[in-house]
Amino acid sequence: MTKKQKKMLIRIVISAVLMMVLGLLPIEGLLRFFLYLIPYLIIGYDILIKAGKGIFRRQIFDENFLMAIATIGAMIIGIVDSGDYVEAIAVMLFYQVGELFQNYAVGKSRKNISALMDIRPDYANIEKDGNLEQVDPDEVEIGSVIIVQPGEKIPIDGIVIEGRSSLNASALTGESLPRDVKENDEVVSGCINMTGVLKIQTTKAFGESTASKILDLVENASSRKSRSENFISRFAKIYTPTVCACALALAIFPPLMNLILSNSAGWSVWIYRALTFLVASCPCALVISVPLSFFAGIGGASKEGVLVKGSNYLEVLSQTKCVVFDKTGTLTQGVFEVAAIHHNELTEDKLIEYAALAESASSHPIAQSLLRAYGKEIDRSRVRDVQEISGHGVIAQVDGRLVAVGNDKLMKRLGVAYSNCHRVGTIIHVAIDNEYAGHVVISDMLKPTSAKAIRTLKRAGIQHTVMLTGDAKAVAEQVAGSLGIDTVYSELLPGDKVSKVEELLETKSAKSKLAFVGDGINDAPVLSRADIGIAMGAMGSDAAIEAADIVLMDDDPMKIPKAIKISRKCLRIVRQNIVFAIAIKVLSLIFVAVGLANMWIAIFADVGVMIIAVLNAIRALFVKKL
Amino acid sequence: MKKTYKIVVDCANCANKMEDAVKKTAGVQNATVNFMTQKIIVEFEEGADVDTVMKAVLKNCKKVEDDCEIYL
Repeated sequence: MTKKQKKMLIRIVISAVLMMVLGLLPIEGLLRFFLYLIPYLIIGYDILIKAGKGIFRRQIFDENFLMAIATIGAMIIGIVDSGDYVEAIAVMLFYQVGELFQNYAVGKSRKNISALMDIRPDYANIEKDGNLEQVDPDEVEIGSVIIVQPGEKIPIDGIVIEGRSSLNASALTGESLPRDVKENDEVVSGCINMTGVLKIQTTKAFGESTASKILDLVENASSRKSRSENFISRFAKIYTPTVCACALALAIFPPLMNLILSNSAGWSVWIYRALTFLVASCPCALVISVPLSFFAGIGGASKEGVLVKGSNYLEVLSQTKCVVFDKTGTLTQGVFEVAAIHHNELTEDKLIEYAALAESASSHPIAQSLLRAYGKEIDRSRVRDVQEISGHGVIAQVDGRLVAVGNDKLMKRLGVAYSNCHRVGTIIHVAIDNEYAGHVVISDMLKPTSAKAIRTLKRAGIQHTVMLTGDAKAVAEQVAGSLGIDTVYSELLPGDKVSKVEELLETKSAKSKLAFVGDGINDAPVLSRADIGIAMGAMGSDAAIEAADIVLMDDDPMKIPKAIKISRKCLRIVRQNIVFAIAIKVLSLIFVAVGLANMWIAIFADVGVMIIAVLNAIRALFVKKL
Repeated sequence: MKKTYKIVVDCANCANKMEDAVKKTAGVQNATVNFMTQKIIVEFEEGADVDTVMKAVLKNCKKVEDDCEIYL
């Protein structure tokens, strides 16, 4: 509890006790009024002052004003009519208890959610004269060596220069499986070092490190307001004046009607009802619960490794009906592997060996995959006269033989008769001394969870899945077929992807939204053009974090249906809270107007709705099992 | 230019009112009050003097919600 809250608690206790003691004393007349004034002022002085200031500043339609008018009204009715002052004090008391509770509950949940997202490292260890010294991570310069002990968070991105350990990255990715690191491995800030001491040379400043970037993103997320939140703000603005007008009407028209019908006017009854009406009208539950739900939803999502950049994106994501995927790096691993080797005279191993040797100087991804498939040390002295022909392949002298490794075009250029392959993928032909020796098929591997992710998306009600790729048609269709994707657009240049997404945006209905999922590396324009851009595998990739609306911390496609489910749960809670709060409010206002509820019940209903709405909002935080 | 300030405000509705007040202040292009993180992001108009604008912002905020605080 904060100081303010403690002070309020003391005021509540004192005035409650005073009120009860006064109830036992048989005092009548004006003295009774002045005695009751003491607990009233103790509990309500700040509200009266605020209401006074409000009137002075022409900000009259706020809750302080309502409370002041209602309780002063009740006191006046007490003087002229019943001598009952308890009502005014009790109403003030209830109101303050409610405020205190709300304050406490909101503060508490705010702290809880913030703590969930807290990956901010507080310090970095630097070795000085053989001793460890804790310094502010902001002061650590790029290239310094920091030491991270078991149990500590890695404060700054860097490279391990000494030590081995396992890292827990669950705060970043939601993935609880620890990752082993050794010398020369890159590590990102925000991971917790579990087993061994690590010496890390920093490669980034603290402010540019992953943990800082993510924190910045999540903290600013609730500043981008959703349509629901804007609706609430607008609603609150017209709500209070409307309620005041209704209360005024309630105070004036029924007594006037009575007079016209020559009954007794019953002014005090109707004025009292009007005051109660005002007290019951506070829109707090509504105004507090909606942003809190979004805040909790964003917090819960970030715990699962799904970073949402704003409440508005969470809202749009929940309405997504069409998901467009980039192929490479999103549904596939983006790592090319040798899928098949078809040889004629040479053995399989020999073919790969020659191909790998010829390509050993190249940095092309295909060369890399050939080298990986070969898997042994390359003896570069066996290779001479390497000639790279761009767009075709490589020709080199290996063991004194002329080896040509490349595509159809290279074979045609050399005049070698080649045979094509029935397998789908990138085909690398090998010719030795201008004799065809066979080919190697290289293909991009599907991610193990891609198919499951697509199935889960469909089960979750996504109507249309689309894949965009620059790859050849045959490759694209084979991938889409094995994953169960509805539509494929292949052989696209990067610019075509934007126009395809625009086409899709035009054909869908305005209410359903389109999400694009990419790896964020070369599809930034598409990410920003779609209704919602989702970038995956963002650990350490600044470009992806910048371009996307939603960032998946690792590259597991299962995170996509998860993110959609989280957003739907959050929006469901938001809608529940809006409907629930407005319905109860309207109901209690009607009850008050027809005289079925008194001021206490009205306040009680108000506080009750608020508490239930806050508790409901907190549910948005629990998304683990979705 | 955008700047972020720490604020203290007790109720969500008051935060909304604060946001309105800040937006109406001369020299402020746009503003967002984040009740959850207790922060305000103020986007200043070109050539506006941050210090004077923020003083006016604080004054306007105090007008709508006496209880609020902005740490300049």
